[in-house]
Parts: sequence; C-alpha cells; structure tokens
Amino acid sequence: MKIVTICGAGIGTSGILKVNAERALQRLGLSASVVAADIASVQRVAADAQVILTSEEFVEAIGATRADVIVIENYFDGDELAEKLERALG
Amino acid sequence: MSLPALADRAIVLGVQARDWREAVRLAGDALVDSGCTTTEYTEAMIRMVDDHGPYIVIAPGLALAHARPGADVRRDGLSVITLAAPVEFGHAHNDPVSVVIGLASAAADAHLGAVAQLANAFNDPAAIPALAKATTREEARRILDGGSTVAAGA
Repeated sequence: MKIVTICGAGIGTSGILKVNAERALQRLGLSASVVAADIASVQRVAADAQVILTSEEFVEAIGATRADVIVIENYFDGDELAEKLERALG
Repeated sequence: MSLPALADRAIVLGVQARDWREAVRLAGDALVDSGCTTTEYTEAMIRMVDDHGPYIVIAPGLALAHARPGADVRRDGLSVITLAAPVEFGHAHNDPVSVVIGLASAAADAHLGAVAQLANAFNDPAAIPALAKATTREEARRILDGGSTVAAGA
C-alpha cells in the first residue's frame, strides 16, 4: 500500500504529514509506504497510490486520480489522522 | 538533518506583524540573521502562499513557512517567531496564527529528521499555546525540545 503526502514544496508540511501518517498507521497496526511529494509531481508520484493526504488548498490542483484524496485540517492531531486513514483503508 | 540548537537570532518573541506576509517575512529574516538563508528564500516562502494559498497553517495557531531547497539555503535551519497579536492567513480552520516556524533545508530528503522533531514537540496539543506565550528564548527552546507541559506550568 502506498500513501502520498502533498504540499507546495515537497518538504516541510508534507514531511510533517508523512511523519505523523506513519505514526497513525503504526497505531492502527497497518503498514504502508508513505512518500512526501510536491504538487507538481503528484500525478507521477501518486500514480500507484491508494491514498493522498493533503490540505484543502491542493485538492483541485491534484485533479483526477484513482487514489482517495483525504484532507487533513490539523497535521499534529494524531486522532484526526488515524480516524481518516482508518475510514479510507478499513 | 536533526534540529540544530536554535541560535538566539533565530528566535524572535512577541513581535508585531501587520499581516501574514509580514509574519512570514519575520520568520525569513530570522533565518537570514542566523546564517541559514539568503533574502531570496524569504521571498520564495511568501510566494508559496501566494501561489498555493494558506496551506502552511497546518494546525490551530501555527504556520510552517518554507520553500523549496535550493541555492538560497546556505544551511539547514529553523526559526521561531511569536506574534504579539495573532494574524489571519485566510485558513478555513486554523486561523488566527500566533506562531510562525521558518524551515530551511538544503536538500529535499535531508529534512525529515528535523520535521520528525517538530512533530514530537507539536503533537502535544499544549505546545503551540505554550510557545505563543513564551517570554524567553530558553522557554521556547524547551518547548521545541518537547517539554511544553513543563513550560506551560511554569
């Protein structure tokens, strides 16, 4: 399973999201590879992904994708991440 | 990259900013002053918000200002700005912002140690309000090292 975190630069915010998504997956007992990327490379990086985690601002720019696009409001809220990941993957 | 000890010049507490642009610029100035970036990086951080919107407001009260790695980053580093009065970034859930973290990374894959440490500190919900109220650099450093509960009670 592959999860891609998306932000404008591919560092920073998507990195925070990657780190905390990995922690949420561990809590849920799920394993997946989590990759941080920038919005410009989303179509290539997320071509084989099941889930894209991002902010509301990028949903439109991500465009058509087979992956579930999940919007995270508070990147530091482990409960929000775990609930949304569980719903998408469960 | 793990978090280098924050230089005094990278921590600016209780400053005034008229708007989000000035708040991000202050975080950029602190990166420049502590020798991490050139002023072009500051402009690039502002451009990220102009281009993509206020997505850098990743939690209530906190903005993580950053741009792409590149020649305008001289070395990896962080800056911390707290605002005397919070400013609106136009974020749907996390406004207003009273803490701006500036992040500079020389290489794309080198920054995950630093963001993991930021996550360690801020996964504690008390950390952002405690940092917003910090009055000394020592207090700010302690919160970023993951000791926010102690700091909040101090």
